Amino acid sequence: MMRIPKLIDRVDFGLMSPDEIRKVSVTKVVTADTYDEDGYPIERGIMDSRLGVVDPGLRCRTCGARAGDCPGHFGHVELARPVVHVGYIDTIYNCLRAMCRKCGRILLPESKIEEYHKWIEEMREAGQKWWEMTNEIVKSASTTEKCPHCGEKRAPLKFEKPTAFTESRSRLTPSDVRERLERITDDDAVLLGINPKIAKPEWMILTALPVSPVTVRPSITLESGVRSEDDLTHKLVDIIRINQRLSENIEAGAPHLIVEDLWELLQYHVTTYFDNGVSGIPPARHRSGRVLRTLAQRLRGKEGRFRGNLSGKRVDFSARTVVSPDPNISINEIGVPEYIARILSIPVRATEHNIEELRNFIRRGPDIYPGANCMISPDGKRYDLRYADREELAKTVEQGFIVERHLMDGDVVLFNRQPSLHRMSIMAHEVKVLPGRTFRLNLSVCPPYNADFDGDEMNVHAPQREEAQAEARILMRVQEQIISPRFGGPIIGGIQDHITGAYLLTRKNTLLTREQSQQLLAAAGMFVDLPKPATKEKGVEYWTGKQIFSMLFPKGLNLTFEAKICENCARCTKEECEIDAYVVIQDGQLLHGVMDARSYKALDRCEVLDRIVKDYGTTAAREFLDRATKLSIAAAAMLGFTTSIDDEDIPPEAKERINEVLEDAQGKVNKLIKIYNAGELEPLPGRSLRETLEMRIMEVLAESRDRTGEIAEKYLGLNNHAVIMARIGARGSMLNLTQMAACVGQQSVRGERPSRGYRGRTLPHFKLGDLGAEARGFVSSSYKDGLTPLEFFFHAMGGREGLVDTAVRTAQSGYMQRRLINALQDLRVEYDGTVRDDRGAVVQFVYGEDGVDPAHSDNGKAVNVEKIIERVVGG
Amino acid sequence: MPVEFDVRQHVLVPKHEILSKEKAREILKRYKISPHQLPIIRSSDPVVKAIGAKPDDILRITRNSPTAGRAIMYRYVIEE
Ligand SMILES: [Mg+2]
Ligand SMILES: [Zn+2]
Ligand SMILES: [Zn+2]
Ligand SMILES: [Zn+2]
Repeated sequence: MMRIPKLIDRVDFGLMSPDEIRKVSVTKVVTADTYDEDGYPIERGIMDSRLGVVDPGLRCRTCGARAGDCPGHFGHVELARPVVHVGYIDTIYNCLRAMCRKCGRILLPESKIEEYHKWIEEMREAGQKWWEMTNEIVKSASTTEKCPHCGEKRAPLKFEKPTAFTESRSRLTPSDVRERLERITDDDAVLLGINPKIAKPEWMILTALPVSPVTVRPSITLESGVRSEDDLTHKLVDIIRINQRLSENIEAGAPHLIVEDLWELLQYHVTTYFDNGVSGIPPARHRSGRVLRTLAQRLRGKEGRFRGNLSGKRVDFSARTVVSPDPNISINEIGVPEYIARILSIPVRATEHNIEELRNFIRRGPDIYPGANCMISPDGKRYDLRYADREELAKTVEQGFIVERHLMDGDVVLFNRQPSLHRMSIMAHEVKVLPGRTFRLNLSVCPPYNADFDGDEMNVHAPQREEAQAEARILMRVQEQIISPRFGGPIIGGIQDHITGAYLLTRKNTLLTREQSQQLLAAAGMFVDLPKPATKEKGVEYWTGKQIFSMLFPKGLNLTFEAKICENCARCTKEECEIDAYVVIQDGQLLHGVMDARSYKALDRCEVLDRIVKDYGTTAAREFLDRATKLSIAAAAMLGFTTSIDDEDIPPEAKERINEVLEDAQGKVNKLIKIYNAGELEPLPGRSLRETLEMRIMEVLAESRDRTGEIAEKYLGLNNHAVIMARIGARGSMLNLTQMAACVGQQSVRGERPSRGYRGRTLPHFKLGDLGAEARGFVSSSYKDGLTPLEFFFHAMGGREGLVDTAVRTAQSGYMQRRLINALQDLRVEYDGTVRDDRGAVVQFVYGEDGVDPAHSDNGKAVNVEKIIERVVGG
Repeated sequence: MPVEFDVRQHVLVPKHEILSKEKAREILKRYKISPHQLPIIRSSDPVVKAIGAKPDDILRITRNSPTAGRAIMYRYVIEE
């Protein structure tokens, strides 16, 4: 009875012995010919039909299956003379170096060998990489001059890439090498990193060569009927031809020299059959001059089997194109070009409710949207709607048929942008079919994908089964991902102009007429009655921006917090705050304060959006976000907002004061240098005099830059649009602005002032040993005024360091992420709250020790006691 | 190192206790696991020696936790 093994205990990777090669071989290959005149494979030839079939219609003579079902079978060639396997050349070299040429023992005293055996045994038991001991063993054995076992002296052994060995100036043939490897005892083999139970050292020299099945090297028949063979077949032809000539010559008793030459040629062909990229020999070429792609080339590199076909599989039901923004679709939606919607399909089973609709899809077919590409009858037969009489097929559809219809509005798809670093890199969106050729996405989902629109491309995958679709919709939908599990706050939210618009609207003095108010609400998609007007002037009713924005809040929302613009005054005047930074929301009404980055900006503290998600649910939050962003954009457009280079203008008197500060600093630096040169500088604790000077200079210059910034800030008020954006956290910082308006400041390389370049100076424009501000990269110009050539050079030095740092950091963090993911990938939280690995072993008894899902937490904490008290007492 | 040094007195060593046989069975039943699915601790571990635990014992460890305040875990004592 045949027993089916149920559990794989282990997998051994070893070498194939010549006997094993012959045993698995279905035929000995003796002729290099492929097909006869009728196009049938020649027996015992390189395409022998026992090696498998690739031509449709023929049957395999080994397993009887047709092309496609036959897996292919190995054959073999009896080599006239042994050859070296290039893949094991390093191990062969190690063996030869470490062993005695006469007695075959490792060139170490018996006691040493014993000791290594014990170590290896210990390492093996501890599960460590025992074979890494080999390097040390080979190193010490290959420096031994006299064999401790038989007293034979070592002869100088030279390895010539890729496969040749010379000993005392005479060539070692592969036969010689094989003979030596045969003498290695099983115990000694272990010390050389070889497990003799599964790999005998001499098997690294081939006496029989496996011939790969034709299924891995199929020939292609061109339209003209000419057959074109695979590169591997070409290589095998070479090997068999030379092998034949070699054996004929040996039999005929040809001169030594000729045999030797042919042998070397055989070695070359076998080597390039395995790896056509080894150094030391020219790569084998096709007749046309093209380099052949042999076994190693199929596996290696970006397009190789591993990176190209296994890690990077192409999949069906996916699409990729450029992304562009669409502020009018919901964050849950994705705009899909009709062209893509016609190709991606969703299988739908016909029922009495949808059968008429499905018939219509079939009638429209693959080219008219919305149609269908394919129909499957209950017995599994597929009907391609491209070539069928669709009218006829539509009539045959009955319940239970499956129709693969085009992607339509409301279908759920997975949207992805690489690099997929966190789970929000793949989210489920609802399809909205739109004209054009790009995927459209709402601007609020840019942060989780880290997408912008400078040419970014993204992928879409259409889940096919209902289960997969439901899972995507429930677990992966964008609105379910608003709160990031990374920090327990929103990662999806307003950005840039969304913040600006909200601020402009909710500022103290924003008053809107009825028409304006309704215009804004309509833009936000709200068609509701206006509340009572806030004021009435000369018979005209006015609403405040706060009133309008409040209409987006859910009923009963209570919040008090400080806005981003808050200046953290020593004594907070709360509701009376001059700049309206104290935000009070009561029962869904914005009573005081402005909306800015603190309210609903992605990745910020995001008080309002955060509260809505956590207290009112993700649907309310999605509605709020969709409306708030549209309202803000409309408000910014209505109230007017622009920024230009003029925003960084400061008046001449400010310029004068800035120059004074900079000159003053210059003077201070020169004075410090003078004191230093006079030897009167007091060193700081733990610092040398030179270090002290550098620190003092940096201090002075940093302070002067800060002061120029402060001066510029005084002239850049809150009526300046660039300043507004910086202060409310919409875009840019005050540092950016003051660097543009006042002074760029010190450039640094590795945290220090630039000091290298020429001997004793940074550039030849300075005196030797000049330590002044200018000579060491202080940029006193502003970006707007422009940098002097020398300043520009120092700025480029600092800038280059920044670029290199980011490049290095992404590479390092990418590798770290990879290792973390490999280590943690099969951990999961079970229903009992424990974290287990793939064998069910407990890793944590309670997830995170407190059992809190950070995505459902309040900034990482399970409960926010203050918020609860505030709600119970204050509400 | 003085002979009477006791690792259990060190601030970084959390509380280790040996579970009674019934208690140990209860824990294994609660998590529906075999002892080998618990995190392990060697019998040569200083704290295991200090409390006199033997292979096949299960220890309860009470730790301070930055998230939960106090966290309890169990470890299975193995040979060596
Ligand atoms: Mg980009
Ligand atoms: Zn077959
Ligand atoms: Zn010897
Ligand atoms: Zn304030």
